[in-house]
Amino acid sequence: MRDDKITDKRSLTVPSRWAAACTVEAMKLALKQPSVLPGFGLTLGYTLLYLSLIVLLPLLALVLRTTSMTWAEFWGTVSNPRVVASYRLTFGASLVAALVNTVFGFIVAWTLVRYTFPFKKLIDAVVDLPFALPTAVSGIALTAVYAQTGWLGRWLQPLGIKSAFSPLGVMIALTFIGLPFVVRTLQPALADLDTESEEAAASLGANRWQTVRRITVPAIMPALMTGFALAFARALGEYGSVVFISGNMPMRTEITSLLIITKLEQYDTTGATAIAVVMLVASFVLLLIINTLQWWSAHRRGASA
Amino acid sequence: MSVATPAILAVDPKSAAPRSALTEPTWVRWILIALSLGFLAVVLLIPLVAVFTEALRQGVRAYLASFSDPDARTAIRLTLLVAGIAVPVNLVFGVMAAWAIAKFNFIGKSVLITLIDLPFAVSPVVSGLIYVLLFGLQGWLGPWLHEHDLKIIFAVPGIVLATMFVTFPFVARELIPLMQEQGSDEEQAALSLGASGWQCFWRVTLPNVKWGLLYGVILCNARAMGEFGAVSVVSGHIRGQTNTMPLHVEILYNEYNFVGAFAVASLLALLALVTLAAKSLVEIQVRRSRRSAAFAGGESA
Repeated sequence: MRDDKITDKRSLTVPSRWAAACTVEAMKLALKQPSVLPGFGLTLGYTLLYLSLIVLLPLLALVLRTTSMTWAEFWGTVSNPRVVASYRLTFGASLVAALVNTVFGFIVAWTLVRYTFPFKKLIDAVVDLPFALPTAVSGIALTAVYAQTGWLGRWLQPLGIKSAFSPLGVMIALTFIGLPFVVRTLQPALADLDTESEEAAASLGANRWQTVRRITVPAIMPALMTGFALAFARALGEYGSVVFISGNMPMRTEITSLLIITKLEQYDTTGATAIAVVMLVASFVLLLIINTLQWWSAHRRGASA
Repeated sequence: MSVATPAILAVDPKSAAPRSALTEPTWVRWILIALSLGFLAVVLLIPLVAVFTEALRQGVRAYLASFSDPDARTAIRLTLLVAGIAVPVNLVFGVMAAWAIAKFNFIGKSVLITLIDLPFAVSPVVSGLIYVLLFGLQGWLGPWLHEHDLKIIFAVPGIVLATMFVTFPFVARELIPLMQEQGSDEEQAALSLGASGWQCFWRVTLPNVKWGLLYGVILCNARAMGEFGAVSVVSGHIRGQTNTMPLHVEILYNEYNFVGAFAVASLLALLALVTLAAKSLVEIQVRRSRRSAAFAGGESA
């Protein structure tokens, strides 16, 4: 067995050899059914070690750092008016952006799945641009486009709409980065949808609008909600694309991620940690919701199949 | 003609009429396509084009001159170095994790999968912060590191670590579902025919998952080279030393050197376009190999 390699290393001291042997034995116990394939101890051991070192240990540092604060200290930081204003902007703008993306993402996914038009493949590939484009690049590009002299900003200016350096700018940036989450979640759900129920509805006399509203939209509801939640979650933590276009005015256009950085630059590590914990809890709650939604989505798809 | 009446159905079943009950009227379709393309143009395309036009605003010469700046070159080199470490390390991890998870059944497997996805749920700034809390001067290991004259935060190791964290799940999450789907029948056959574990991995498993692997690596690399928030926290922004390309873009932009900022940004935008093209190609390959596999399966059945 390849597992024995770990215990055979002469360089290891006796206690660590013991520990390694015990770990391998413990892993074998964890195995639900024996397998002829080799490498279970090695690969799982490495996975757990690397995961602990890179992800779990640093996150633990954050949690422990928080527990060393007094409650008054923690609460004083996270309920400071400037911080609360940043939550309001971050959550509000993320919500608006996710809603805009849900509506337009649905239209984009619908046209990409159901219709044919020229350059469809190319356009489909471009949807992933916000995934691939570094956030700092999207940030300065959006600022250039929506500034007073920019291609789109100059048309909004006479209408009295200030797009860059305002809460609207934050929403624009968050819409940009959230779009692919909605489209990519909806596309497979729409493609998997069988047309039989739509045919049935049509044959029973429903018009197209009724069919879409009563049959199609309820069927893809879990996917729609998952896409919304994913876009919202991504927007909550976003930093790079927002800081350029927002203008970062305290109380008005300052997002929570930026406040963490500001605190760090003032060597207020404790303050930064307190706000980070609030953000982390918010994103974990969202992760839980997303997992539940995805389970629901898969469950429903499994039940209909 | 929004609704296909049964009468039309009865008269000519071969005409387009029956389909019209399952799609929208032509004008609605046109409006939806126009809305969709218009939205994509405004949200995605215009900013992308803006990167290149802003970079070339003062002509090709000014654009090219931006790259002769030694700080820009250091930033490019550092970005390549960081991606050159983070991507292979996460590649090895991804393969290891996928092998353990896809080929074996063990207790706590779904918890492990959730934990692997965890870095995606953590905001970039927080991802950087956790390393400051570990290795920073006020952090756990900070005093010890300071005593031994080791620098992690505000130095290259910190940047590499933060990048490894944010790109951690990419390869693993591509490979795990793919390898789970493929099962381990082929590996078991290879082993029973006398192949060693390594031979089995190199000759059977790896060829089966190569496209998925490549896909994960492409996405991992794009994120590694483009990460901004996490790296921004740990880098300390030391010009010519700890500035990656995205950070260098920020510095130039804040100094009102827009041509310089957009010139470096245009390289990153090109990288994004190459990533998208490579991703599409891999997707085509996957579809093709899956179709041929299905065909071969159908033939043997």
